[in-house]
Amino acid sequence: MKILTGNDLLTGFVTWWDGQGWSPHVDDAVDVGDEAETILAREEAARRVNASYAIEASLDENGKVRPAHIKDRVRALGPTVRPDLTLKPAEPEALNWVI
Amino acid sequence: MYKYDSYDQQMVDTRVAEFRDQTRRRLEGKMTEDQFKPLRLQNGLYLQLHAYMLRVAVPYGTLNATQMHALADIADKYDRGYGHFTTRQNIQYNWIKLEDAPDILADLAKVEMHAIQTSGNCIRNISSDQYAGAAADELIDPRPYAELLRQWSSFHPEFLHLPRKFKICVIASDNDRAAMRLHDIGIQIVKNEAGEIGCAFYVGGGMGRTPMIAPLIREFVPLDQLITYSEAALRVYNRYGRRDNKYKARIKILVHEMGKDEYARQVEEEFAHLLEQGIEPPLAELERIKTFFQPPPFVSSEVETPNAERLSTALEANGDAAFARWVRANCSAHKAPGYVAVTISLKPVGGIPGDASADQMHVMADLAKEYSFDECRVTHAQNIVLPHVEIGRLNELYAKLAEAGLATANIDQIGDIIACPGLDYCSLANARSIPVAQKIAQRFAENGKGETLGQLKLKISGCINACGHHHAGHIGILGVDKKGTENYQLLLGGSEAEDTSLAKITGPGFDEAGIVDAVEKAADVYLARREDGERFLDTYRRIGMDPFKEALYA
Repeated sequence: MKILTGNDLLTGFVTWWDGQGWSPHVDDAVDVGDEAETILAREEAARRVNASYAIEASLDENGKVRPAHIKDRVRALGPTVRPDLTLKPAEPEALNWVI
Repeated sequence: MYKYDSYDQQMVDTRVAEFRDQTRRRLEGKMTEDQFKPLRLQNGLYLQLHAYMLRVAVPYGTLNATQMHALADIADKYDRGYGHFTTRQNIQYNWIKLEDAPDILADLAKVEMHAIQTSGNCIRNISSDQYAGAAADELIDPRPYAELLRQWSSFHPEFLHLPRKFKICVIASDNDRAAMRLHDIGIQIVKNEAGEIGCAFYVGGGMGRTPMIAPLIREFVPLDQLITYSEAALRVYNRYGRRDNKYKARIKILVHEMGKDEYARQVEEEFAHLLEQGIEPPLAELERIKTFFQPPPFVSSEVETPNAERLSTALEANGDAAFARWVRANCSAHKAPGYVAVTISLKPVGGIPGDASADQMHVMADLAKEYSFDECRVTHAQNIVLPHVEIGRLNELYAKLAEAGLATANIDQIGDIIACPGLDYCSLANARSIPVAQKIAQRFAENGKGETLGQLKLKISGCINACGHHHAGHIGILGVDKKGTENYQLLLGGSEAEDTSLAKITGPGFDEAGIVDAVEKAADVYLARREDGERFLDTYRRIGMDPFKEALYA
């Protein structure tokens, strides 16, 4: 599947295209098929996202979206060396799928 | 230390106002990201993996307590309570919001700091010896000349759009603690046979994807021609440096391809031309700058007792083994009787190299004020120095550092690892650096070999750009992307010191667990083969790569 990601213009935080808008959670990302360029151009122009791009991803056995490349998996959750600063600070084991 | 005059302050304040307006226009949609990006980069603001990152300049690594407190306040108010000290003697914040950036720059300007020229193809922060003004072995204090270069290079209209970034280092000791020959221009202040003081110019060094050691271009430039010669060196680069290929745009490629003799000849030609034009700043300006770098009012002390003897006395009086280890590892010889320079390690076992919490920054600021004449330094090895500490007060300083978790005794040992932010933070990285550093430090803390190994400088980069200086490590590690997974190459034999050398790759890389084992195997080869007084690097140079490869790939 192909999903879209970028950074919020104001905060710089990582965002994922959920079909309606931008979500901080990779699990909300949706397959955009061949619509990537159209959506990105529109969203960048409206300043709803910054430095956006399309990536390959897949669904794991639980149906969770998992970016193909390690860099985007790290982006999806946060720095592996600071679990307290990730999106799931109470679940250090959440980092297991990232690496 | 240097104090802004009204001109300096106005320049910085004007830049803050300008960037505030640029940010507003970006947020209002009056500027695209393509238009805004070079402007934010000129103010040190990057977009990294998780957020914006702000890199703040610390000129030649020197800070006073007020400035360190301000850095801590920024970490608390605008970031997530910590900062990361870098190999360019700067500090970076990892979680900055764009809308806050102008306010942060305004806060920095209030304490005579900024983020100008911490990115982009311009002359970056001038680096220097962290013990400048304190080191027992220095010829003179290099900081007035670093400051002069800072002023010359700030907003220099000719050098704001160089082919590539440009890094200058100034030292004044034969012992190189600043990786001088791995800079675009490395300047060593020296004395010639006539007893005059001047500068030796090394040009065309660097790390990155094509590491090179800077060759000596001119043995002696009179101190009162420092800026003129620097300008000539830059002009030749600006004229002929390649702009068609980013990877061949650094001055090291130009000097290598042109040949150092031809490059030097052209610089001489330009130098002669510039001398006629009289571009050197007036001597009065240098004298004004020098007044800010006068030695602090050291407590007068009888000179006869050597500092080493005083240290022994202090150690005997204390009797604590941990204190003794810390003194041995973290204190350096000082030029003033009764003083040492103290290095505060930002490498606790299992910690993140170079990171300091806001609370720790406040503590270091207070200790700088109380014990080191209101001064501290950032080192290229990502530690903090209190440059002027009375030997008689080491005991109480140590206790206060220990209370703040800042008394790790490991300077230049295997646990004192330089590591770039790597794939945990950096958008350029291919692999994580920090977890590898943490695991190696933990391994050698557990096996107790850290102190036994003595000086062993280990440096880790998460990509070929070499921000972690892996080429210059006695042991270097380079993280690479191997078909989507992290892989680590091991290198041996590098040095950033006066015996500069580039490390060589041992062979096939390792996974994350494997690289930790590999480092231990290399260390064990050293322990088995070392001769009296040899450091790891000395043994490697004597016995060569083969014994290490045999152990690693058996």
